[in-house]
Formats: sequence, C-alpha cells, structure tokens
Amino acid sequence: MKLSELASIKERMKDKVALRDGEKANRIVVCMGDCGISAGARAVLNTFVDSVYGAGLADTFTVTQTGCIGLCEFEPIVEVFTEDGNRTTYIKMTPERALEVVEKHIKGGTVVAEYTKEGAAR
Amino acid sequence: MIRSHVLICGGTGCTSSGSVTIHDLMEKELEKAGLSDEVKVVQTGCFGLCALGPIMIVYPEGIFYSAVKEEDVPEIVSEHLLKGNIVERLVYKDSVTGQHAKSLQETTFYKKQHRVALRNCGVIDPENIEEYIAKDGYAALGKVLTEMTPQGVIDEIKSSGLRGRGGGGFPTGNKWQFAANSVSDKKYVVCNADEGDPGAFMDRSILEGDPHAVIEAMAIAGYAIGADEGYVYVRAEYPIAVRRLKKAIEQAREYGLLGKNIFETGFDFDVHIRLGAGAFVCGEETALLTSIEGKRGEPRPRPPFPAVKGLFGQPTIINNVETYANVPQIILKGAGWFSSMGTEKSKGTKVFALGGKITHTGLVEVPMGTTLREIIEEIGGGIPNGKKFKAAQTGGPSGGCIPASLVDTPIDYDNLIAIGSMMGSGGLIVMDESDCMVDIAKFFLEFTVDESCGKCTPCRTGTMRLLEILEKITSGNGEMEDIARLEELCNYIKSASLCGLGQTAPNPVLSTLRYFRGEYIAHVKDKKCPAGVCKKLLSFSIDPDKCKGCTACARKCPVGAISGKVKEIHVIDASKCIKCGACMSTCKFGAIHKG
Amino acid sequence: MKKKMTSVKFAGTPEQEKKLDAIIEKYGKGEGAVMRILQDAQEVYGYLPIEVQQAISIKTGVPLAEIYGVATFYSQFSLNPKGKVSISVCLGTACYVKGAGKVIEKISEILGIQPGETSSDGKFSLDATRCLGACGLAPVITVNEDVYGKLKPEDVKDILEKY
Repeated sequence: MKLSELASIKERMKDKVALRDGEKANRIVVCMGDCGISAGARAVLNTFVDSVYGAGLADTFTVTQTGCIGLCEFEPIVEVFTEDGNRTTYIKMTPERALEVVEKHIKGGTVVAEYTKEGAAR
Repeated sequence: MIRSHVLICGGTGCTSSGSVTIHDLMEKELEKAGLSDEVKVVQTGCFGLCALGPIMIVYPEGIFYSAVKEEDVPEIVSEHLLKGNIVERLVYKDSVTGQHAKSLQETTFYKKQHRVALRNCGVIDPENIEEYIAKDGYAALGKVLTEMTPQGVIDEIKSSGLRGRGGGGFPTGNKWQFAANSVSDKKYVVCNADEGDPGAFMDRSILEGDPHAVIEAMAIAGYAIGADEGYVYVRAEYPIAVRRLKKAIEQAREYGLLGKNIFETGFDFDVHIRLGAGAFVCGEETALLTSIEGKRGEPRPRPPFPAVKGLFGQPTIINNVETYANVPQIILKGAGWFSSMGTEKSKGTKVFALGGKITHTGLVEVPMGTTLREIIEEIGGGIPNGKKFKAAQTGGPSGGCIPASLVDTPIDYDNLIAIGSMMGSGGLIVMDESDCMVDIAKFFLEFTVDESCGKCTPCRTGTMRLLEILEKITSGNGEMEDIARLEELCNYIKSASLCGLGQTAPNPVLSTLRYFRGEYIAHVKDKKCPAGVCKKLLSFSIDPDKCKGCTACARKCPVGAISGKVKEIHVIDASKCIKCGACMSTCKFGAIHKG
Repeated sequence: MKKKMTSVKFAGTPEQEKKLDAIIEKYGKGEGAVMRILQDAQEVYGYLPIEVQQAISIKTGVPLAEIYGVATFYSQFSLNPKGKVSISVCLGTACYVKGAGKVIEKISEILGIQPGETSSDGKFSLDATRCLGACGLAPVITVNEDVYGKLKPEDVKDILEKY
C-alpha cells in the first residue's frame, strides 16, 4: 500500500463514520409520524438521505426523522434547521420537491419559498 | 443509503448479558421493516458502562439505550428507527442526576473522562480496518515511515513522558532507546496482553474494541528500535479479544500494513499471536518471554534486561496493550499535546477498571492526577445501597488499599507508591463497610500463593507462611506477636524475591496493616471481625425484645440450630450454628444480630 | 499451582491420535512448540493425561519431564478429565467482594464436589477461575459456554437444574 491509498480509503470512509459524530448544526428533519408515513414521508426521507449524503455532505448536514408534530394535514413535513439559527418548514413534500430543496436550499442556500408553510398560504 | 447507525456493544461484558442475540434480532427486525438499506447495525468494542449492558447507541441522534432486552428491539425499530420517536423508558437514566441522559457525552459517567487509549472503543467496528483508517488509523505509521527517523520517534515518545501502563511505570521512550542502542541483526517487539490482575480488563477491552491501534503501535516501535517481528502474548481466557486481534492482523496484512515494504519505504514488519495458558507470573516480562519460547514461564534475574537480551536471546522491548494504544496518538498529535495532560511526572491519561461496591462498574479513562473521590463519587456514581466507602484497592495482588481518609489524593504513579499502593494495570476495586480488610489481604495472598511460580524461596515459601498467619488470625487463633511477624516477613519477601510478583506480594498485607491496623487487632485481641465477614469470628444472636416468635428463622435454619415455639422468643445454639446467615436474611423484624 | 492426577482410565481413539500427529506436524518438533502442541492437544482430548504427554514426548523427542513441567505449570492445562458440564466460578477481586465465595460454596454443597473436582458420575466439574474480565456483572459463573452474571447463591440451584 502507498500512503496515498491510505488517504483515499480515509476519504471514502469519512462520510460513513461521520454519522457517529452526532448531529450536525445543520439538520434536515423529516416528520415520520403515522400521518407522515401514510402521506409518503418515507420516500421523502430516503430522497434526502440519498441526495445529501450522496453529495458528500454528511459531515455538514444531518438527515434525521422525528415523530408527529401535530400539523397532520400538511404532511409530509420537512424542517430544515441551519447553523445560523434559521428554521424552515416545508409542507406537502414529494421526492421531486425534496430534490429541488437539496439543490436550491441545502447546496445553494436559498429557501424554496413556494413549498414552505408561509409560501403555500400566500 | 444509510441514514442511521445502531452501535451495539460486543465487548465481553455486554456479550455476557446477551448483546449478540440483540444484534441478530435487530438485523432481523430491520429487514422485516424494510429498513436494512437505511439503518446499519455495527458491533463495537466496550463503551465502558458494563453493568448496564447490553448497551446500544443510535446515531446520528446519539441516543443511549441501556439494558436492552430482546423484547425491546421491535419497539426500537418501529418507533425510533422508523418514526423518530425515542423510546424514553430505555434511555439511560443518570444515577447521579436522576435525569434521562439522551447522549453518552451528557452522562456524569462520561463527562469527566478523557479518552485517548479508549478513543475508538465503542465508536468503530473493530473487525473493519477501514473504519479504523477513517479515524486516522495507520496515519501515524505512515508519518513515522515517511517523515521521521527512528531516533526522532524515540525522542518524541521520550518527550511525551509516556510511562508503562502495565504496572511499573517505566518511561517507555527510555525502554525503546535501550533496545535501539543494542546492536543486533534481529530484534523483537512484544506486546504484553497477559492481563492477569484480577479485576482489570482494560487491555482486553482495547484488544476487543480497537485492535489495530495496538498493531500500528507495535509497527511504529519496530521501526524505532529496528525490529521486523512482533509477538502479542495474550490470555487464552479472552476468546473475543484473540479472535478480533487475529482478524485485525489478517486485515492489516491484506492491506499491506503489515508484511514487506510497508508504504513502499522498505520497512518490513509482521505480528504473531501467542496464547498464554493461565499463569499470573507470565505478566512479568522475563517470564513472559520464556513462555513465548514455549517453556515454563519462570522469571530470570535482570540484568541482562530484555532490551539487551530478550526473546530468543535478542534485544526486545515489551510494553503492555494500553501503553501501545497511546502511541499512534502521540505521533499524530505530538508529545506536547500528550504531556499537557496529567501531573508533573505522570503524563497523559490512565484507564481504570472500576469494580466492586460501586454503582457504575466499568471502564473509565481519566487524566492522571484525577482524585479517587472524583472517580468514585462522580464518574463511578458512588457506593450503592447507601453504604459507606471504606477503601479502594488498586494494583491488584501487587497493590494496596487506599483508605477513605486519602480519597482526595490525586492519582498518579508516584502518589500511589507514596501511600503504599501502586498503579498496577489499573484495576480499582471499591470496598464498603461490609468488607473485612484482613479477609481482603488473605484473598490476595491466596492468589499469590497459588500463582507463585516456585522458583525462588522467599516468594514460594514466604507467601505461604504469610497466608498461614492470616488464616490463623481470621480463624480466631491469632496472637499479638503475629502482627509483628507479618510485618517482619513482609519485609523479607519484598527485599529477597527474584521478580516483581514476590517483591510486591506483601503489599496487600502491608497497606492494610498501615491503614486498618485496628481491624487486625480486633481480630486478634477481641476475636471479632468488625465487618462481619470472617465466619469463625461471627456469632449470631436473637434480640429478645424484637423477636415475635414467628418461627421463620427456625424453619429456615439448615442445621436446626434455632429452637423456640410459636409466639415465644427463639434462641440460637452457638455450638450447632454454621454461621450461614440464612436466619438473619429471613427475619422480618430485624431481631437477629451478627457480631 | 498444585495439580491432581486423574484415576480415570485413559481411552484415546485412533482419530484423536491422528489429530495429534497433525498438530505436531503444524507446529514442528522444536522445544518452543511444546506449549502450543499442548494447547491444541487439550482441545482434542479434553484434558492432558500422562499417556498423551508421553505420546507427545515420543513424537517430538522432547523429554517427558519437560512436557510434564509445562503441563503442570499453567493452570489452563488440566490433567483431569472435565465433566460434561463444566462450571467455572470467577474468583477475581470484583467477583470476590460481591460474594463469589458464597456462590462457589453453594455449588459445592449442591454437587458435593470441591473446586478442581469432577462429580463421580462424570457429569459436573467445578473450577475456580481467575478474572474473566466481566467485572461489570460480578459475581459471574460460566457453565460450558453460557455466562451467568449478577448471581446470588440462591440462583445457583435453578441454573444447575437446566443441565
């Protein structure tokens, strides 16, 4: 083995063990209550996991799930907490919308207003 | 893609409480729920809180579940792993604050700990070399081979102040220097994993939880002293550790991290395992070497030291598991980082195996200089059942008892020796008021008598005579002269024995005589055992004011020593009583006294 | 450590001897191999009767005195056949202060054998062992491969009845 190979194994494994450092300051929380699951939250969760971790963002973003937050008619709900203290609540999410949120919000830093609770109400 | 990791402890403690079944069940339940591609189950080494096993941690949330039972697994899967609802009733409850501690780091058990040697235990899968590499594994070996000279490595270890964690506390860098200075074509690096001290299990936990750290450190040592071969001498009583170590060595060879031309630097190194066969004396370095050679593990006089003439007559360094586990971190983070922890003469951290009468039995790692009080009351969670702390025993059969009055002593090598004990390998057994110190001294002497290899007379015969005197005292036949005899004999054995086993064997007697002399005198003069342990000195009696005549004790007594009719006061016949204590635990009225 | 010789008649099979030959083949005949040969031979025979030691001596050329010396030095080697149910009681310090002494007494009382002995029907053998490292569960006993922790003397009867 060369020293460079060791470095590439480390790089490849980094994301896999990053989960065990605990939750990051940036979090994507998918509501997985029975209401959420029946509205399709699992596919949304899996899309977030695949696209966020797949893009090598495991050491800055945590994708996790939580129980029912009491807004069942808006499920599937996804909340994005960022390290600057902002909290964004996306409602009626789908895998397609999830991909868009990852591209624009998670990677680009711009909230996708039309999918938020406030945006939808307007 | 994986979004959650479930870490389940696969150390000896948790395995004994059923963690392997929990692990299998978890995988089955995940499959049933269709979560196998989203949640990964990882078997790790010891987390340290062995008494609360099986232990499970769910990441990324870091939720810490303890004492998980088989029937809890489906709930954890359906509620937590699917829906994100934490199963509150299984969350570890902090015994000091009484609060549910969501994460491991929040607990009083972990807060004061500083994990260097144990850093990967309970964090990585010890059977997966890539997880070790992800945590900077083998980077230290890469660094020494490509950037440092052998002397540079030795200097780094020297200036870190690392001392042997196996007992004596000899400076590791100096040991390496002696072996490096010896001129020879063939040298050896040996790892002492013959953890014989009863009540110490940190070396086992490191081998079970992070075996690659030891292998990497041995290779670093090999480079430093000019050796191309290493041996790990490990107890056969540690099957899990042996299996993981074997697997780790195979993986390291497969990845080219052991073998020829490591990192294309021309450096060759390989490691072999030798199993011990249950002889305490083999923890002594010269005896260990003789045992690797396949002979009776008897020690031999030093000099010549192993660094000059060791395994198969060649220069050899021997360090224990915990010592090696510190080495890669010292190389990566620097001697300055390491020596910033600890006290003036004892740098870094030390792992202790907490056992005995303490709430959190388990493994803790703290900076040198932490006081016994912090370890027992904060990290250890205090003494259970409302009993009072009486003494802590460190250093196993070579160490001594530290009384409650010295509980604020900062623990390091030199302080422990000054108060008549020693660091040993780090076993720390806590005793409460119901433990008899003469009996504890006798317990350790029984151990050394059994384990004395028999080569030198002071140890072979001396320890036997010590034990006989202690037996005489605990059976109620002691005379005041016996106490003086004990002391005299102890000093002979200390000064005349060949190896460490004999030289330190009297310590349990000397330290208990020093701090608990009154207890010896009570046994000898008053023929009483104040703690109520020594059977022959016990007598049971029934308090006539409290006895209700319920006959429960008379029915329970296995030898019919209690007489009395219903509603009449009962009496114990001392000549028939075998002092089993069954009556006392049966009596609902607290009428039976032991004294 | 004192070791008792067995009075049980040795009954080795040709298959066992074949395995022994393979072991010696594997480790070689040098003096350094004695311990490893004995460790594996004990796996094959269950114990190390003098007949097996003699066979090893003849096959390797290492004097019987040396082999016997090694076999009696280490506590792992047993010159006695073990019972079908082998009970080990940990007498490490942590277990001792938590009452392992009383547990072993209770087992002795029930089985009528002392530590180091095998019951006359060959079913149970009892040993006091060194620290098993499961101190968090003290006091601990192992029965064959099963581990029982946090024991009280009164639990012993139920456990033994399982076997």
